[in-house]
Amino acid sequence: MAEPFIHLRGVRKVYRHGDEEHLAISDATFDVMPGELVALVGPSGCGKSTLLKILAGLQAPDGGEVAIGSAAHAFDPARDVGMVFQAPVLLKWRRILDNVLLPAEILGLPAAASRTRARELLALVGLDGCEDHYPYQLSGGMQQRAAIARALIHDPKLVLMDEPFGALDALTRDKMNLELQRIWSQSGKTIVFVTHGVAEAVFLGTRVVVLTAGPARMAGNFAVDLPRPRTLDLRTSERFGHYTHLIYQLLGMA
Amino acid sequence: MDRRDRRNTGGDRLGLGRYAPGVVAHLALVLVWLLLVKLGHLPRFVLPSPMDTARALGAGNYNWWGNVATTSAEIFGGYFLALVVGVGLALLFSWSKVLASFLMPVLVSLNMVPKVALGPIIIVWFKYGVFPNTLIAFSICVFPILMTTARGLREIEPELLDLVRALRGSRWQLFTKIQLPGALPYIFAGMKVAVVLAVAGAIVGEFLGSDRGLGYLMLQVQVTLDTPAMFMAVVLITLLGVALYGLVMGLERWLIPRDARVG
Repeated sequence: MAEPFIHLRGVRKVYRHGDEEHLAISDATFDVMPGELVALVGPSGCGKSTLLKILAGLQAPDGGEVAIGSAAHAFDPARDVGMVFQAPVLLKWRRILDNVLLPAEILGLPAAASRTRARELLALVGLDGCEDHYPYQLSGGMQQRAAIARALIHDPKLVLMDEPFGALDALTRDKMNLELQRIWSQSGKTIVFVTHGVAEAVFLGTRVVVLTAGPARMAGNFAVDLPRPRTLDLRTSERFGHYTHLIYQLLGMA
Repeated sequence: MDRRDRRNTGGDRLGLGRYAPGVVAHLALVLVWLLLVKLGHLPRFVLPSPMDTARALGAGNYNWWGNVATTSAEIFGGYFLALVVGVGLALLFSWSKVLASFLMPVLVSLNMVPKVALGPIIIVWFKYGVFPNTLIAFSICVFPILMTTARGLREIEPELLDLVRALRGSRWQLFTKIQLPGALPYIFAGMKVAVVLAVAGAIVGEFLGSDRGLGYLMLQVQVTLDTPAMFMAVVLITLLGVALYGLVMGLERWLIPRDARVG
């Protein structure tokens, strides 16, 4: 059995507001294998975003064990994390190509090679021809594609996505799910994807981790054994329904 | 593809057509002025016609260009000083929270001081001349620049902060790549407000005590009821303000793409 890329054991996070303590995550325990696309699903306030911040090294856990990287897949926390948020948060004053280049600039990567790579990534996310546009000239879905290209520019081993399609309309979201599946399979990245969409979690995930709120705890962790590439039709199949039902059960909603 | 293209594809590439209504409105204003004089049979010393006003430019010993130069020096000097000090202080505050927490309340109080009331004091300190008037212009227009810049530097999306932090970006990188360009539209919003104030400040200074400048000239010709010259002075003062405003707007358009502008 191969070594996991991400290894979490009993991870705990507590927020303090004055004297009050609020448990954001308790006992998050799961592994992510290299190249997996793991979906973290749960209601608002279940600590999914907090878990993502812990993986990004932006917050320290209050307990438990977090290990990222393995002998075969070394992990440098400074340059191996790419992030995508619910809002595209592109810089309004930069053209799309220069937006994609931001992480490369921060890391001081060679400019010419980065520009070439940025163009390739824009082609990968379906934005070829938009290099010189400003963000306001693109729709929300296209801006989010640019944000995905930005997350990949420095060739990180781990991409963290925090409800990246949560602000999009349902049809655009479907399309972006297909696109992300393609981008993931072509780039071979390990992706941790936070969502509150049950169908989205099953559709995208090689594995789904279910988190609940109040009390915050990890309710389940299972592999999704559905053929790839997955199509939107698949969502009406019985096997797909089995997985979504399982998530609702784990969330105590079925 | 959900690709959109909003580039201007019409024949009017420079968009000159959109200036036409503004030009027409200005001409109409002059026309109304003219009609008011002609139909109202108003005497010249109450309301001179546009032509009388223009004629003042060629007649008399008004030293127009010398006075324009003096007033411009006060307006532009005070404005530029306010820009440097206002933006500089705001930058300092964004770098040191402690400094900001001490100085900001003081500055808010100082902002409440009517700057015009400081005029006589400034003149006592620095006597007549270009310098005290520049200071009055500065004192009146520095606050909006400081306040909007400070606000712009604070407005940083938390996600972008996370993005830079996750990459272990330096504070300097955060500042140059995100904070400062993000604050530019706010700085320009403050700069536009400040134009009007700088002009007012310089003229007030000249009213209070001066031996040169368009405001000084107005007081001189007022004695002889030379209203056309007073009008001409007002027109020139206004043009100075318009020129400065145009300069600021041009700079804004050059530096900031359309959608990123505020105000």
